[in-house]
Amino acid sequence: MRALPVGDRALLVELADGAQAQALHAELLRRRATGALRVREIVPAARTVLLDGLDDPGSVRAQLPGWEIPPLPAHAGAALEIPVRYEGPDLAEVAAHWGVAESEVARIHSAAEYRVAFCGFAPGFGYLTGLPDGRSVPRRTTPRTSVPAGSVALAGTYTGVYPRASPGGWQLIGSTDAVLWDHARVPAALLAPGVRVRFVAVER
Amino acid sequence: MTDRAFAVVRAGALTTVQDGGRPGHAHLGVPRSGALDQPAARLVNRLVGNSPDAAVLETTLDGCALRPRRPVTVAVGGAPCPVTVDGRPAPWGAAVRVPAGALLDVGAARSGVRSYLAFDGGVRVDPVLGSRSTDLLSGLGPPPLTTGAVLPLGSPSGSHARVDTAPQPAPPRELVLRVALGPRADWFTPAALHTLATRAYRVSSASNRIGLRTEGPALVRAFPGELPSEGMVLGAVQVPPDGRPVVFLADHPTTGGYPVVAVVREPDLAAAAQAVPGTPVRFVATGWR
Repeated sequence: MRALPVGDRALLVELADGAQAQALHAELLRRRATGALRVREIVPAARTVLLDGLDDPGSVRAQLPGWEIPPLPAHAGAALEIPVRYEGPDLAEVAAHWGVAESEVARIHSAAEYRVAFCGFAPGFGYLTGLPDGRSVPRRTTPRTSVPAGSVALAGTYTGVYPRASPGGWQLIGSTDAVLWDHARVPAALLAPGVRVRFVAVER
Repeated sequence: MTDRAFAVVRAGALTTVQDGGRPGHAHLGVPRSGALDQPAARLVNRLVGNSPDAAVLETTLDGCALRPRRPVTVAVGGAPCPVTVDGRPAPWGAAVRVPAGALLDVGAARSGVRSYLAFDGGVRVDPVLGSRSTDLLSGLGPPPLTTGAVLPLGSPSGSHARVDTAPQPAPPRELVLRVALGPRADWFTPAALHTLATRAYRVSSASNRIGLRTEGPALVRAFPGELPSEGMVLGAVQVPPDGRPVVFLADHPTTGGYPVVAVVREPDLAAAAQAVPGTPVRFVATGWR
């Protein structure tokens, strides 16, 4: 773990891998909830957690190495279920990349358990980890100018669901009617960092 | 909607509703947003007796024109510009009473980019996640003003402004941005860091509320490769593959994958919001931590 100063109010904490970043994120939320840590934004990402809006980043930076950070329990609690129609336009391409039949893509993807590692790109767009080893896929060489809202997509080792129509270069394997973003809801994002997810295959 | 409202007669190139922004939601991918020149927005609010974070209008280069349905007190600040009420000159940087049905015209900026209009009672569009700000990156908040639109105003608080006029900084002829190096300064060669700290850049016309883009010598990376996505702060100086620094402003994305070579001091960003394309930019590495 390494904490890098970012301007005068923030720290970027760098971890060895994504699992450690998710564990630190959970620990930071715990500490903020108890009042032990005062910070405006806790922004997890692929291998880092940003702490923005700290009164005294220097003292947090000095304390961090002494913290005990428990690893995340793998399967604790209920996972949110998201129904998916696995009939996306890139199903054949993903199947070819994995060397399996198209029908297998749905089985492989829905058998795994996911966790929202971080958000970005658009409000409520979550980057979900949990795709089995060896199942990463490249981005499309030419991004689509418009991907429909609710598209379930893969890129690298991540799964994501587009909260609204937007351009995008991820491989589309399916779609859902789940409401990913509703600013009147708390939290507004269905897929907020830390949320565990299962994708359930459904017919049209 | 009550009659406390105004109709948009001329929307201008880009006029948006802005307040103190919506911090606290970056982890959901929500930009902070808010007025780019916060001191100017707070000052015009004070001039009409509002709280400093009340929603105002932010114009871009060519102002806007409005017709209030009820008498309102208005103050215009930020980028200096001509102000008229029914064609008669009115003061800039001071409270002005606009009668019901009169045409308030905020002209093109004489210098600077963004003028701010405060109305007593504030613009009362529905808040989204605690803020009335327009977020151009993600489309949260009200859309930019369009001609013919009608926007509601709140009720005046009844408190009187404690100032009649107040000094405002002139838009910069040269933009000096104090930066602290890092968090990814080690992704660049020592020569690149020297270039950043010593050479002159210019404000690019591709700048917007998301970022102040610059033109100038490219910063050379110490090694190739991709940086996994990580959290971004206001004022981050991100360096895309073309090597030209981009300073992240209020509508910046909350995570990103290009290395951040340095971070601009927050108090220096108001001047960045007022720097017209072509303005010389200097990044000054300081020990301000």
